Amino acid sequence: MTQRVELTRKDRPYTPPYVTQSAVGTSPPNPPATGETVTFTLDGQERTAAKGTLIITAADEAGVYIPRFCYHPRMKPVGMCRMCLVEVTGPRGATLMPACYNPVADGMVISTTSEMTKKAQDGVLEFLLVNHPLDCPVCDKGGECPLQDQTLAYGPGESRFVEEKRHWDKPIPLSTLVYLDRERCIQCGRCVRFADEVAGDPLIDFAERGDTTEVATFPTEPYADYFSGNVVQICPVGALTAKPYRFRARPWDLEQVESTCTSCSVGCRVAAQASSDELTRYIGVDADPVNWGWLCDKGRFDFQAVNSPERLRAPMIRQGDELVEVSWPEALAAAADGLAAAARIGDGDQVAVIGGSRLPNEDAYAWAKLARLALRTDHVDAQLGDGLPAETVLGLPKATIDQAAAAPVVITLCGDIKEELPVLYLRLRDAAQKGQAIIELSPSNTGMTRYSAASLRYRPGQAAALVRSVLAGEVPEVSALLDAAAGKAAGGPAVVVVLGRPSLAETGESVAEAARALAGLEGVAFLSGLRRSNVHGALDMGLAPGVLPGRVGLDQGREWYSQHWGGELPAAKGLDTAGILEAATHGRIGGLVLLGADPLTDFPDGGAALRGIAQARFVVAVDTFLTDSVRKADVVLPAATYAERRGTFTNLEGRVSRLGQIVTSPGSAWPDWMIAVELAARMGHDFGWSSLEDIWAEIEAVSPLHAGVSYDLLSSREGRDGVPVPLGAGGALRIARRLDPMADPGIQSTEAHLISPTEFFGAGAGRLSAFSDAPAEAATGPGGDEAEPASAANAPTPETPAESASESGPDTAPPAESPDGPRPAMLAAPAAGPATASSSAPADTGELLLVSGRTLWDGGTALAHSPSLAGLHPAPTARIHPDDVARLELTAGAAVRVSTARGSLDLPVTVDPSLAPGTVAVTFNLPGASAASLIDSRSECTAVTLSVVPARSVDSVGGSGE
Amino acid sequence: MARLTPANEERARQLIALYPHHRSALIPILHILQGQDGYLSEDGMHHVGELLGLTAAEVRGTATFYDMFHVEPVGKYVVAVCTNIACMLQGAYELLEAAEDQLGIAPGGTTPDGMFTLEDAECLALCGNAPCATVNWRFFGDLDPERFAQLTEDLRAGRLDAEVPPHGVLSRVDRNVGLRAAGQSVHGAGGPPVPARSGQNSASPEPLAVEPDADGGQPAGPHDAGVELRTTLSTTAVIAHEGGRGLDRTGTRTTAAPDGRNPQGSADSQGSTDSQGQE
Ligand code: SF4
Ligand code: SF4
Ligand code: FES
Ligand code: FES
Repeated sequence: MTQRVELTRKDRPYTPPYVTQSAVGTSPPNPPATGETVTFTLDGQERTAAKGTLIITAADEAGVYIPRFCYHPRMKPVGMCRMCLVEVTGPRGATLMPACYNPVADGMVISTTSEMTKKAQDGVLEFLLVNHPLDCPVCDKGGECPLQDQTLAYGPGESRFVEEKRHWDKPIPLSTLVYLDRERCIQCGRCVRFADEVAGDPLIDFAERGDTTEVATFPTEPYADYFSGNVVQICPVGALTAKPYRFRARPWDLEQVESTCTSCSVGCRVAAQASSDELTRYIGVDADPVNWGWLCDKGRFDFQAVNSPERLRAPMIRQGDELVEVSWPEALAAAADGLAAAARIGDGDQVAVIGGSRLPNEDAYAWAKLARLALRTDHVDAQLGDGLPAETVLGLPKATIDQAAAAPVVITLCGDIKEELPVLYLRLRDAAQKGQAIIELSPSNTGMTRYSAASLRYRPGQAAALVRSVLAGEVPEVSALLDAAAGKAAGGPAVVVVLGRPSLAETGESVAEAARALAGLEGVAFLSGLRRSNVHGALDMGLAPGVLPGRVGLDQGREWYSQHWGGELPAAKGLDTAGILEAATHGRIGGLVLLGADPLTDFPDGGAALRGIAQARFVVAVDTFLTDSVRKADVVLPAATYAERRGTFTNLEGRVSRLGQIVTSPGSAWPDWMIAVELAARMGHDFGWSSLEDIWAEIEAVSPLHAGVSYDLLSSREGRDGVPVPLGAGGALRIARRLDPMADPGIQSTEAHLISPTEFFGAGAGRLSAFSDAPAEAATGPGGDEAEPASAANAPTPETPAESASESGPDTAPPAESPDGPRPAMLAAPAAGPATASSSAPADTGELLLVSGRTLWDGGTALAHSPSLAGLHPAPTARIHPDDVARLELTAGAAVRVSTARGSLDLPVTVDPSLAPGTVAVTFNLPGASAASLIDSRSECTAVTLSVVPARSVDSVGGSGE
Repeated sequence: MARLTPANEERARQLIALYPHHRSALIPILHILQGQDGYLSEDGMHHVGELLGLTAAEVRGTATFYDMFHVEPVGKYVVAVCTNIACMLQGAYELLEAAEDQLGIAPGGTTPDGMFTLEDAECLALCGNAPCATVNWRFFGDLDPERFAQLTEDLRAGRLDAEVPPHGVLSRVDRNVGLRAAGQSVHGAGGPPVPARSGQNSASPEPLAVEPDADGGQPAGPHDAGVELRTTLSTTAVIAHEGGRGLDRTGTRTTAAPDGRNPQGSADSQGSTDSQGQE
């Protein structure tokens, strides 16, 4: 009945054109470094490896490829697919062992090519294909599929299975983003393991058993997770596909460039892929210091906004109530004339620039220079009132993500990291699983709460008070953790504080005060938790009041920069965004530039933004979309966005990495730096740049922060995952690129994938000696001249601020020499410690106070213009503590009117016991109802009153501003 | 349907307290849930997940692995007709077909009145009384279409209520109640169904005394009165005594003590490991 097919192994037609390299990183498979080694034989050659190294890892290191499906270098091995079986001869004779599950041992003899191994590979692949539909021609994975590739390379060539295959409904949605084709699934478990092990939200699991096993969600609970795109990335077959990419391209039609995600400030490394000049897909690149290959769904899928037909395509000028398209020269002339006129009145005091965190570093530098030199103003602020004072962010001793993950204790005093900095959440969650103690200080529960050793609530405005009580030992559990931390720190900071804005309904100054108190902790370093795209690049480039490029204070750098820029700099420190809007309201701003900023939606105090922009006499908007704020502008200049232009990006740890270009911008949109250059020229300033290289060369030459960080270094192998500035700040640069095409199929081989292991590691060196931790050794850093290394000494060191305040130690050490004299000193940690911690916080009066944080899915511009993401935001609610619900006789689900001095919102009540009693939480910037209409940014915190909404108006839940 | 009742939630919490890892209590709690509703409802699985710190997807993933957990509503009686080889040779397919015709449903289906869910099963370990079926895990052997009709008729009329509680009811399953209730089938003889024993849900842990076969060898014909199969939910020891020698389910041949009692003693007969009937 069954026809027997004689199976003969075909000659292997295919050898993977890459080497794999997974000997780096700190993810599960790597053994703890004990220093012990074992000696074994691999394919006839004697080798040694660290004790505990898995056979598959040891083989990877030796450049010997063992086929695999379920094994993923960033997850615990499970030995489920058996593809990696190899013949191992040990004391008990020859046997087949899964290479991904067994560590090498002394005396082991491993053969990856023996008859036994080949027969096992044949068998495993024949079985895997028994129920596989073989619909490669219509499968998105076809062409980059590990199953396809490894079947070709290691399979028997033919199948004896002639029976009917199993059938399932073709793809079913696991969520609105991810689709599952169960026929193609080989049950490797990568997706369900990712959901559980890495993301911590096991919303998918295997259901049923035997040949009916399927990956399944609970029927009423879709796989709606912030990290769901990663399972599509790591699925080794075409079983999981992402809606935004389905049937959009074939892998061999895609072009690719490496870049950095700019959707938040984590700065995950990505491979951006495009077809026919349209972005089609982002894949996470495994950058060991940053994202480990993972991306959040916002970063992965909001590229759709770049392709949006609603992008601004041409410059526009206001004519009456309308914006009409004009030519670039016309628009530039209008903008330059208007701004120059405003600058003449009041000598620059009437001109302001808000925004800049959308801009790459070069463009931020260009605008910072334009503002100071041509507009003669220091009223520049890249933060929209939702950040922290620049001196706090720039001056405190800094930690890298790796240092935060390695620190025994992490204190979070920032927004919900899972919502705002998703991949940082994955890194810290991983650290917490491995024993790190997270101490959370926040006004409500966050995604981090369940991994925190302690989660302390504070009422808005009381952050500093809470910190002081913690430091005074009033919370014994926390004191115990802090006391133990110093002993456990292995070289790095003992305590890392993730510092951001826990709530937008309290001032940044109250958080900054808490931060200054925390700076008194022994061995403390800070990781910025500001979320907005390249905000750290913008601050480093001087887009903040009182700050010049390179983290230099206005007064300290005035002489240096006026000499180098050839012009006079503003005399006094300018206003921040709140101040600018306030000044505009009073008619004191004649020219306002919105640099990719939409204060009407993003500034916490919506009322203040509305009045300020309405009263600014002349508004120039440089943006990619016609946002609410852009609609009010007099001149609109369309900008090119990421993937449409090159540049560099600075992430929250100060890591500078390159942005790649893969598509062209729509219409005649320009990169922001060109706009700055043209405007400057029209105001009589020739910046002399004709390329990004020119700008970067200037930055490198004048900024004390960027000394030695050349484009060449950033493009080199050791710099491609980014270089923390100043050089040496993040320790040595590591060549830490994981090169396992089976781990993240779809990333096209790049030059890095072709480097031989020896070349890759140098002669046994995993580190570049040039960038060792010791500043003295940094003297020969590639790309830098001998003068540069002194900048490493400028790196803020994790010393106690009390010391740095009392002596003019390393922080004020002579800056690096440059041909024109010493570079200015960088900002030092502000004087700090409990000594200065006199509270300015108002006494807690016991009234209801507003708390407002963000969610990943909100009303942001990029999300609104990404069709796959636009509908994912949660419905707005008012979260209220159960005590207050009871006290005020409210009903869960019923509408309540939340009123403040600024306005009111009618929202359904959600009972939230995680809040501090006496607080009401309303999420910021959700479509339909934003807390911006409630927040009063002038006061320390915003008091609210709650009233029951009369039943008849319940159905019109929504906002009404003042 | 519903979440666990407060009383059942309390039982669940007691179970959770028994284990170092909460999730170890998952299966016992699922039994409680199935006992409550007859199947595992979505709300119920959610609730169990909340108690254990698992997602509903994980709870359902585990539940669906096991055939004896039902995640869709089932009838009051789950009737599983064996179609494995011994029964097949004795007419199991004819029996199944008759069952389908009589109940008007295919295997996997439930009658519109919610009384019966029909399943086809692999060997139920009652080959000696082939063809056979279980109703809520209670044996009924030597079936044919007429007897099957009689059985469902009796169940419908409530005549077997004492022997066969509704599906999911958590009680010690004395699997032989059906055989004895249908007196004739134990011996392959006719006669009206007579409950042979009361107290089928007895919690008594002692093994029943068993009579050795007269010749001490293979049973003559179908299992003689000396067959005693018991399962409980926590331990599912099943010992078949064959005239003084038994083959326990782990394959170890045992020799009866002279008095014919189970040589392993009462504790072992309850505690020997086996999952027969559970999966
Ligand atoms: S869907 Fe993909 S990743 Fe998940 S188990 Fe199946 S083959 Fe593996
Ligand atoms: S965490 Fe931030 S940088 Fe990383 S993928 Fe998400 S949005 Fe992009
Ligand atoms: S069993 Fe080793 S890769 Fe799957
Ligand atoms: S074959 Fe039917 S009970 Fe064993």
